[in-house]
Amino acid sequence: MERIYADRKYIIIGFFLLIGLFYLARLFYVQILVDKYILSANNNVLRYVTQYPARGLVFDRNGKLLVYNEAAYDLMVIPRQVKNPDTMALCHLIGIDKQEFINRLLKARNYSPYRPSIFEAQITRDSYGFLEEKLFLFPGFYVQPRTLRKYTYPVAAHTFGYIGEAGPDVIEKNTYYRPGDYIGINGIEKSYEEILRGKKGMKIRVFDVLNRDKGSFREGRYDTTSVAGTDLYSSLDAELQEYGELLMTNKKGSIVAIEPQTGEILCMISSPSYDPNLLAGNIRKKNYTKLLQDTVYVPLFNRALMAMYPPGSTFKLVDALVGQQEGVLFPDTRYGCQGGFPLGNGKKVGCHPHPSPLDLIGAIQISCNAYFCRVFKSIIDKKSYLNTRQAFESWRKEVMSFGFGKKLGIDIPGELNGNIPTPAYYDKYHGVNRWHSMTIISLAIGQGEIGITPVQLANLAALISNRGWFYTPHVIRAIGRKDSLNEAFNTKHRVIVDQRYFDVVIDGMANVVTGGTGKIAAIDSITMCGKTGTAQNPHGKNHSIFIAFAPVQNTRIAISVVCENAGFGATWAAPIASLMIEKYLNRTIKRKDLEERMINGNLINGKTPDIERGQGNILPD
Amino acid sequence: MREDKGIFYRIDWVVVGLYLALVFIGWLNIYAAVYNENHNHIFDLSQKYGKQMIFIIAAMLLALGILIIDPKFFSQFAWFIYGFFLLMLVVVIFSGREVAGSKGWFAIGGFGIQPAEFAKMATVLALAKYLGTLDVSLAKFRTLVIASAIILIPAIVVLLQHDTGSAIVFLALVIVLYRAGLTGFIPLAFIVLPVLGVLALVLPKFILVAVLLMVAGIFYFFSDRKLRTIVLISTIFIGSAGFVFSVDYSVNHILEPHQTNRIHVLLGQDIDLKKEGYNVNQSLIAIGSGKMFGKGFLQGTQTKYNFVPEQSTDFIFCTVGEEWGFMGSAVLLILYLSLFIRIILMAERQRSRFSRFYGYGVASILFFHFAINIGMTLGMVPVIGIPLPYVSYGGSSLWAFTILLFIFIRQDSYRYDLV
Repeated sequence: MERIYADRKYIIIGFFLLIGLFYLARLFYVQILVDKYILSANNNVLRYVTQYPARGLVFDRNGKLLVYNEAAYDLMVIPRQVKNPDTMALCHLIGIDKQEFINRLLKARNYSPYRPSIFEAQITRDSYGFLEEKLFLFPGFYVQPRTLRKYTYPVAAHTFGYIGEAGPDVIEKNTYYRPGDYIGINGIEKSYEEILRGKKGMKIRVFDVLNRDKGSFREGRYDTTSVAGTDLYSSLDAELQEYGELLMTNKKGSIVAIEPQTGEILCMISSPSYDPNLLAGNIRKKNYTKLLQDTVYVPLFNRALMAMYPPGSTFKLVDALVGQQEGVLFPDTRYGCQGGFPLGNGKKVGCHPHPSPLDLIGAIQISCNAYFCRVFKSIIDKKSYLNTRQAFESWRKEVMSFGFGKKLGIDIPGELNGNIPTPAYYDKYHGVNRWHSMTIISLAIGQGEIGITPVQLANLAALISNRGWFYTPHVIRAIGRKDSLNEAFNTKHRVIVDQRYFDVVIDGMANVVTGGTGKIAAIDSITMCGKTGTAQNPHGKNHSIFIAFAPVQNTRIAISVVCENAGFGATWAAPIASLMIEKYLNRTIKRKDLEERMINGNLINGKTPDIERGQGNILPD
Repeated sequence: MREDKGIFYRIDWVVVGLYLALVFIGWLNIYAAVYNENHNHIFDLSQKYGKQMIFIIAAMLLALGILIIDPKFFSQFAWFIYGFFLLMLVVVIFSGREVAGSKGWFAIGGFGIQPAEFAKMATVLALAKYLGTLDVSLAKFRTLVIASAIILIPAIVVLLQHDTGSAIVFLALVIVLYRAGLTGFIPLAFIVLPVLGVLALVLPKFILVAVLLMVAGIFYFFSDRKLRTIVLISTIFIGSAGFVFSVDYSVNHILEPHQTNRIHVLLGQDIDLKKEGYNVNQSLIAIGSGKMFGKGFLQGTQTKYNFVPEQSTDFIFCTVGEEWGFMGSAVLLILYLSLFIRIILMAERQRSRFSRFYGYGVASILFFHFAINIGMTLGMVPVIGIPLPYVSYGGSSLWAFTILLFIFIRQDSYRYDLV
């Protein structure tokens, strides 16, 4: 009788197939359609252990090691493996208190109980010695080798910059970086980051359910080795840099020296500075905050690139060159000066007493204000231009070809444009076209709206010595191999002034040193060209400026010195420039008195900066 | 019947082939699941795969033994076998060993024997024997009571051993009753009630009851509207509504805490992936990471490094999923479905009612294990610890399933002689 139920076999078979198909669909979803399970699987067993490469070294122009790496150690913790730690002993070893210990452990546990977190970063080799002996007492803790940046000379902090952990914003933008990676944050560490950093390697380790290391994944088939960073050969002269920083002790300002034939920067000093070792390793954060909060000395501010000064009388050299190029000035052009240049409203641009009239060489030598006001006026009022505006635009274009008013493109981040005012600026200030040569006459003597950085000033000296061309100044002369020149800087920039107009200016500059405003800079054994400048400072004492190059023939060094609130160019900037030239060319200083006076001169309100030099330690509060 | 025609006489090689394939797949995957470099010889007797090999050899001997026995023996001694294992089930409660919370194990030498596994076979025999009797009809209330008693008595005893999983398996025999003429409402209820239960835990109860009321209304509208029908529809509606309201209480108060948790895990509620949800989550990770073609034999990282608990026994399907991928898993599913359908078709060709119902019993038990076990690893069914037939590690289950199947193969080979 159950035959009548025989058809029920179809229902039963159908039900079996239905469940089978349902599971097949579920399998298809779990195995093919979604990826989260394979990601979780890899998360379960694979640990990607980064192999950190050594960062590239930096040498100076004489092959001296400037920046190198020292072994440091990150103390890592795997919270799940921490068992009854002798908390106090470990706290004592790394110098933290119990509360801090608990906080750090909690933070690590919140990140992951199974994964390693950094417990204490960048322990120095010395501290590591103690720790290593005791580490077996603390299950769950281990050390991971890292490297620490070290600086042979405690100088050139602004040029070197510093490295630090890549922040979340960087990691989001650049897939190379992972939390815990270092990245150059400033200076050449930043601008040459991709060359210095090398290439990270990755070892894939397999861990089982109890987080025990089971060896490398597939016999290391997917492991990559790290590639050490490429070394950099800097154009800096470590000794010169060190000497410059010594001379600038207790002075605000900057020294930039360039080798004119190559554009290589020989030294770049921004004072006050700090020991670059202060910003390396786990002391960086504390020290950085302190340096940042120092509003009196502003040690983090790189004046060489980021401070704009009115160039003062040094700008008269530009007047002399542009005037000749415009055909309104000749070497024998003479202008008289009766104590200054009358502005027509009873006022005048003052000048110091000197013989009158003077020709061009004499005017440079004596730095006559009246002379260059007339030169500037003759350029702006030149008949062949339709109006003041057109003449000014032509002047501006020529001036900017000297590398002013825009970034030179130096290989250190943070460089400022400087400022050469635009016609639009004067339109706004005086009304459209309601300005003329007399309105803007202060430009003639490098005052007013004009702003130039110390590196642009040094470049001016370099391009004059080259008679009209320059290479973009740079601090890295070669990458990887000592003799391979940095290709980024082999473009020759020409100034819009013919070569023939430079001779008379160079003669004038030579006279500045032999018998003009910069006599103090003269050195018996070295021929030198210079020009003093005094930048008016509405906020205090004038800034003392001097630019120079030497020797006059086959020039090897062009230099700019700016001493803030130091008065005339001749008082501080010229002697300092002269000592720097003597140091670079002769390697020894004969003028010990002058040297001592310069070093001991305190121009910062008699206050001594409390930056500890050369100790690589935490700054006092 | 006195003349013996040899043990391989008219044996169904298709079903034997499917059986051997599953056993072999099981052994390979047990090897992968417990593999470690120190004991990597597949015949190493100190390891589970070495033991499983012995279990397999023993299972083969058991199979041969069954093929020697007179096929009429099983129907004639069905009640005796049933009684014997019922007794064992009771004895084991008092003298057995406790393994993983259930007291269902006899310790014999180094091995544990679980009578519950064999009791399924005995129950199928008894049920087939009873239904095979010429004068039974499931339309009669008396028959239904006796048939249910045959199924439920061992199930309740197993439940007393705290082995809920094995106890539930007995319910699969409702398929046999259905084939024997039981009204379709009861197996339907077996499918509808769990679904309703899940819905009751997920959806607001009053909405669910309102929907049930609407369904009842539709049935009423299209029915003949006789009093009997109205009473039936009302009874079903009231029963369902009562069920909906009692689910919460049952889950939270009648079930044991770990069972409650497993249901919450299934529904995605209150999952702590490190505790209750760990097994299922790791199981899905292992299977899901196999992708299309799997990671290859012995290359499964989740398998190798023990992320899935119970991987050689209840979660053996994870190894298949991880190392052999979707393709391998699909092949395994197809092998199982082929086995079940083959058994059903074989059952239908029996002339003996006993043999036919026995065949259905075999298919039901195997299918239920398959559905629960794979559903569990795929997170579709609460975690119920029952093995995957022929594939999971374990002597008792392999032997019991082998005996279960080969008794049927033996019956089938003599199908023309048995009436």
